[in-house]
Amino acid sequence: MRYIIEMLNITKEFPGIIANDNITLQIMEGEIHAFLGENGAGKSTLMSVLFGLYQPEKGMIKIKGEEVKITSPLDANKYGIGMVHQHFKLVHNFTVLQNIVLGMETVKNGLLKMDEAREKIVMLSEKYNLFVDPDALIEDITVGMQQRVEILKMLYRDNEILIFDEPTAVLTPQEIVELMAIMKGLVKEGKSVLFITHKLNEIKQVADRCTVLRRGKYIGTVDVADVDLEQMSEMMVGRKVNLVVEKGEAHPTDVVLDVKNLVVKSTREGHTKNVVNDASFQVRKGEIVCIAGIDGNGQTELIHAITGLGGIKSGCVMINGEDVTKKSVRYKNTHGLSHIPEDRHKYGLVLDYNLAYNLVLQQYFEKNFQNHGFMKNDKIYEYAEQLIEKYDIRSGQGANSRTRDMSGGNQQKAIVARELNKAPDIILAVQPVRGLDVGAIEYIHKELVKQRDDGAAILVVSLELDEVMNLSDRILVIFEGEIVANLDPKKITVQELGLYMAGSKREGGKHES
Amino acid sequence: MNHKKKTRRSSNMGLASSTFAIAIGLLFGFIILLLSNPTQALPGFAAILTGAMTHGIKGIGQVFYYATPIILTGLSVGFAFKTGLFNIGSSGQFIVGAFGAVYVGIMWTSLGGIHWIVALLAAIILGALWGFVPGLLKAVFNVNEVISAIMMNYIGMYVVNYTTKAYAPLFNNLRNESNNVAVAAQIPKMGLDKIFVGSSLNGGIIIAIVVVILMHFVLNKTTFGYELKAVGYNRDASKYAGINEKKGIILSMVISGAISGLAGGLLYLAGTGKHIEIVDVLASEGFTGISVALLGLSNPLTILAAGIFIAYLMAGGFYLQLFEFSTEIIDIIVAVIIYFSAFALMVKLLIIRMNTHKLDKQELKEEKAKNKKDIHRKGEI
Repeated sequence: MRYIIEMLNITKEFPGIIANDNITLQIMEGEIHAFLGENGAGKSTLMSVLFGLYQPEKGMIKIKGEEVKITSPLDANKYGIGMVHQHFKLVHNFTVLQNIVLGMETVKNGLLKMDEAREKIVMLSEKYNLFVDPDALIEDITVGMQQRVEILKMLYRDNEILIFDEPTAVLTPQEIVELMAIMKGLVKEGKSVLFITHKLNEIKQVADRCTVLRRGKYIGTVDVADVDLEQMSEMMVGRKVNLVVEKGEAHPTDVVLDVKNLVVKSTREGHTKNVVNDASFQVRKGEIVCIAGIDGNGQTELIHAITGLGGIKSGCVMINGEDVTKKSVRYKNTHGLSHIPEDRHKYGLVLDYNLAYNLVLQQYFEKNFQNHGFMKNDKIYEYAEQLIEKYDIRSGQGANSRTRDMSGGNQQKAIVARELNKAPDIILAVQPVRGLDVGAIEYIHKELVKQRDDGAAILVVSLELDEVMNLSDRILVIFEGEIVANLDPKKITVQELGLYMAGSKREGGKHES
Repeated sequence: MNHKKKTRRSSNMGLASSTFAIAIGLLFGFIILLLSNPTQALPGFAAILTGAMTHGIKGIGQVFYYATPIILTGLSVGFAFKTGLFNIGSSGQFIVGAFGAVYVGIMWTSLGGIHWIVALLAAIILGALWGFVPGLLKAVFNVNEVISAIMMNYIGMYVVNYTTKAYAPLFNNLRNESNNVAVAAQIPKMGLDKIFVGSSLNGGIIIAIVVVILMHFVLNKTTFGYELKAVGYNRDASKYAGINEKKGIILSMVISGAISGLAGGLLYLAGTGKHIEIVDVLASEGFTGISVALLGLSNPLTILAAGIFIAYLMAGGFYLQLFEFSTEIIDIIVAVIIYFSAFALMVKLLIIRMNTHKLDKQELKEEKAKNKKDIHRKGEI
């Protein structure tokens, strides 16, 4: 076998940092090559070099053994390189067919000729088992299908080298299995696949070889069959990482959060269905309860109803035995509730404030930090320095860094630090590790377990089965706004959980915990 | 303290970008002068730059006099910007404020020494009311404040015109404008007439500066300012933090309106023959305020400098007429400066990149010192 793409000794510098330091990536024809690295390790930079968006200072790119110059994405396309982006680039009110031909339509006398395109797409779709309906509107099909449309787009352009940028982040467990099969099908037909990810078990399942980057440096390329998950994560992070959350037996005691018959109406126009329908559950001191479910089954609305960010139609929310249903957000925040929000940019941080000001976002009004309405800046910065130290939040200028300029992992750490340092009774953590790498995930999970052992009640909302199985002491499954199951993670398998999440299985009767 | 040094550095970046905007604006102005009358371009340009000084200390007094209302309208717009709102209604708030001041100034003659203070309070209250309406609509019904504030501009202007005309004691039939306010209602000179002999300057500039400093403190040192800015930067996160963002929006517009109202009060109580004229034109001070706020990057202290600078150019602009230019040229030049200050952010980024590229710390320090000198020089002028 020969190399279809070689990126040899690529060095790319930006003012102040070397994003890629002498990196070599060689992909063989017909293999699935995994590309592994933490956030900020330099994966995106290298891909931008490959697509001609950046010119490297050193190094060369060879395609099928011949040195080439790539100065724009058009060049990359010419050499048969295509990419499925993490966030799809599709026109939502166009059909699948229109989306695929977009940019290279066949035109005759100024009129579109779609017939040939349709034929080719149907042919490709059948050949690779994609089962895509060319006439469906993008907005009507599932995320998994949309991803297949992206794949078809690459195939339609006769791309030989297909790059998947964290393709599984948006998929359900079943869809992930199907995607793996598709990828294997692609290489069987002679395509080459580069699979960018930081999910180790997916690499193990599907990839042949794996190249690892760490902090802009090339660490090595290994045959996936020869290494285990621990070794790969150590290569990526640079130290031993615990992939399984270490925690002792939970000893739940008093009920802290008590949600009774909660109903939230849809705010979208024309929708009459309740997005949260008669949800009742409890979270007790000293346990981690995970709400598992596929995205968009009412998790966001449920959490917003509890925190007070969103409205409630009926039902009630109690914290420590007190009815707080109609209390303000501020009241809940100061009476034992901490909330690590789903969208850290939208809710979690004021991105244009510096780190110190963000770290007191929930506390700036307290006696420690203000005096008759005047901010005690010295106290605020002092407190910020403490948290930065304690939670190891890294940034360019310490407490003064604008949070917008910080990396995602450290932004999340800042939120975690702020929310956990309040010594809360109940912590709502919504996808607390979304988009983070193994090191940061390990850290945040550890902190949550520590809080549990210190006697906090913790409610985690997660879309990731691994996280749910690993972290939780108890699992609640939400499906179409209803809590359909209350499970013990030790007694069920991932497959079973997947069935509950997909709504094809339900627990009989009411669940009281 | 460490953190203070850092913030100062970033504000220097802003200043550098504003200076750059001004330089390009002036250059552009010169080109316009060249195009319209090549032979007189150089003396004309000199007139813009130095015209305000032609009459020495009196001229400088005039600059401060012109600057007073636009500093405040600029502050009004800038304050709202900081909290994420575009108060385009400064003009209406300005004129109803002026009306409040004039009404009290003419009617409530029994107040004696505190007459002017009460008149100014009336200006503040009416301006605040005119800001309150769009604020309320925005907070409760999510009506875009730009639209409702523009409406309020016209409502304000016509209500003021109508009331002034309809209420006999206020109206001077011969000149089609409001009557003179009582002498006790005029803003005291506060000793400034002794320094700037012969100018129209009065204590208004001192009040304006005090308000600027006050707003600077409110925005940067208080929890109230922290909340307002948080709402401006990110409404969702503010809600998440338990900040009452609706209250924030309303209060922000009320304060913004109050400052514009004060601007109107100060100008029409100046005792310089300024009267409410019955014409269907929106007060231009409100719109100049938008320019001042943009050039001053919505920062109270730099707004003060920007207001004085634009007033300086305007004062110089009058002398352009000596060289057969029309005063509109000066409006064009000011507009160009504003136009480029809209790019100020882009320029700021560029400067940062240049700095990290080339300048080491030493050079950065020099740059800072130079900037400081620039400000200093501007202050002297």
